[in-house]
Amino acid sequence: MDAAVRELSYAQAIQEAMAIAMDMDERVFLMGEDIGVYGGAFQVTGDLVERYGTDRVIDTPISELGGAGVAVGAAVTGMRPIFEFQFSDFATLGMEQIVNQAAKMRFMLGGEVSVPVVMRFPAGSGTGAAAQHSQSLEAWLGHVPGLKVIQPATPHDAKGMLLAAIADPDPVMIFEHKLLYKMKGHVPEGHYTVPIGKAEIRREGRDLTIVATSIMVQKTLDAAAALEGEGIDIEVVDLRTIRPIDRQTVIDSVKKTSRLLCVYEAVKTLGIGAEVSALVAESEAFDYLDAPIVRLGGAETPIPYNPDLEKATVPQVPDIIAAARDLVKGVR
Amino acid sequence: MAGANKAVVDSRANLPFVYGQYSPEQLRQVLHKMYLIRRFEEGAEECYMRGLIHGTMHLSIGQEASAMGICMPLAEDDQITSTHRGHGHCIAKGAEVSRMFAEFFGKTTGYCKGRGGSMHIADVAKGNLGANGIVAGGIPIAVGAALSSKMMKTGKVVVSFFGDGANNEGAFHEALNMAAIWKLPVIFVCENNGYGMSTSTARSTAVKNIAERAAAYSMPGVIVNGNIFSEVAEASFNAVERARAGEGPTLIESKTYRHRGHSKSDRNRYRTKEEIEDWMANRDPITLFETELRDFGFIDDQGMQAIRDAVAKEIADGIEFAKASPAPEIATLQNYVYTEHA
Repeated sequence: MDAAVRELSYAQAIQEAMAIAMDMDERVFLMGEDIGVYGGAFQVTGDLVERYGTDRVIDTPISELGGAGVAVGAAVTGMRPIFEFQFSDFATLGMEQIVNQAAKMRFMLGGEVSVPVVMRFPAGSGTGAAAQHSQSLEAWLGHVPGLKVIQPATPHDAKGMLLAAIADPDPVMIFEHKLLYKMKGHVPEGHYTVPIGKAEIRREGRDLTIVATSIMVQKTLDAAAALEGEGIDIEVVDLRTIRPIDRQTVIDSVKKTSRLLCVYEAVKTLGIGAEVSALVAESEAFDYLDAPIVRLGGAETPIPYNPDLEKATVPQVPDIIAAARDLVKGVR
Repeated sequence: MAGANKAVVDSRANLPFVYGQYSPEQLRQVLHKMYLIRRFEEGAEECYMRGLIHGTMHLSIGQEASAMGICMPLAEDDQITSTHRGHGHCIAKGAEVSRMFAEFFGKTTGYCKGRGGSMHIADVAKGNLGANGIVAGGIPIAVGAALSSKMMKTGKVVVSFFGDGANNEGAFHEALNMAAIWKLPVIFVCENNGYGMSTSTARSTAVKNIAERAAAYSMPGVIVNGNIFSEVAEASFNAVERARAGEGPTLIESKTYRHRGHSKSDRNRYRTKEEIEDWMANRDPITLFETELRDFGFIDDQGMQAIRDAVAKEIADGIEFAKASPAPEIATLQNYVYTEHA
């Protein structure tokens, strides 16, 4: 196959990044529940245990709090652990170590240590796993200074941002939408990084800026393509990192289009869309706005089991199309 | 001459563990550090009362033999995680009281540059990975440090100090289990001072002795009188040997008592005056160690007074150093949140 168009799935891209990191740096190792012979709940670690052995691909007991703490302790003492939470919902079980320890240790100790730990969180709805295995909790962690929080939306970024995270001296939390794992896309061979803290303009447009995260980036691109026929020209900003947030890319885009729609899967209230809206409202872009800012987020409900209810809980392409059309046509 | 040495060795062989294991000079150093811990905390308390230190603090007065005994067999590059009641651990592992005072005063010369205070006191260069404001927060971190030691083959042993309150946190159980299944070089040290804040272990803990929890994780559980330096040091020595040999973790329960309240907000309504006075009068770890050293001929009253005088000067100098040190600039508020890139 032509190297330039080599395609991998999002899950394969992550696996490749971990393998490259382990080849390059003997301090890098993996920890998590059932990441060894089982290959991970979503087959992200796959056969890595066969290639790197059980000393570097470590199955942990079902102990999210302890496991996260072990990863933090290993990180401050010279190793580069990558800790997989089986589902991002289980961050709730490890929150103490993430929020009180990993995020604050460098600060509390006056800069005497760094905490180069990477934690991976399979996130989001759409798998019929119901309320405790489908949440999008990235804004919880995005609220904590000391953490970096990223949401790669493509296989290319999944690999490049993970490699950037592993090289980063600070704790990086990666939210990977489970429905993206099978998504295929171009992934370059070898080592490369995609910077943390930089948004990416996925599609240029004049009429409306849509800032989207994770799986909503692809849905937004689908919506933008559909609206092209109606003469609506949408700019799609893939936020990629929610801490530290790339304010300037968002502000510049809104100054160009004069309209802002935020699309994210997490519960709408107090989600990333609130932050993006506020940063635009606080900036010089406010004067450029021709319409109220609109947020399209998840419903104010846990994720239900029934597939139709589940789909209705989070923004879908028709919802984005309708919201974008209304915004541009001045219905709002 | 060889005969004379043998006589000395023989006479010491009948004494408790530490007197055969360590030199008289080392043991006098232990006494020095026990005084230093006690006077440091008394000095910190006084500074707090006078309004020179703000926030709160958790004093370990009465627990000095536990901190010193556990750290006695550790090498300088061995590591510890500590607790909110961690001043003694910090000094026992080699910290300077001047920089500790500076931290309590919130100064840039403090171990945490004024960002941590009493509850996050650390001395990474001496292997103290930090006190912790979260009960049991340091236990999984210690297991992680021990995992690093094993993976990097550094030979380091890690000690995790925690209190009796921590033994009812999930993190304790998860961490002990992982340390056991992976046979990590870590020693879990429960300093059981009888109360998690106001709640006695009898009311909070289903087992009589916290060391019994070790059975659930297939590791030795050792109970020591935490106020007798030699007993603590011997248990620690054995646990360190076991850890370095790759045989895995040990849980040591060091039964002790804090003379002061939980923190500065404590009104002491959960224990009797008689109980506190009994521990202070009859089981003070420093008095017990002084008596042994004197009885066994390692030091006389004059020698002890000389150490006390030296410690008093160290404390006074430390407080002066802290007072004279610069406070952090407000402009540096956001330093150390992330690693600064060169």
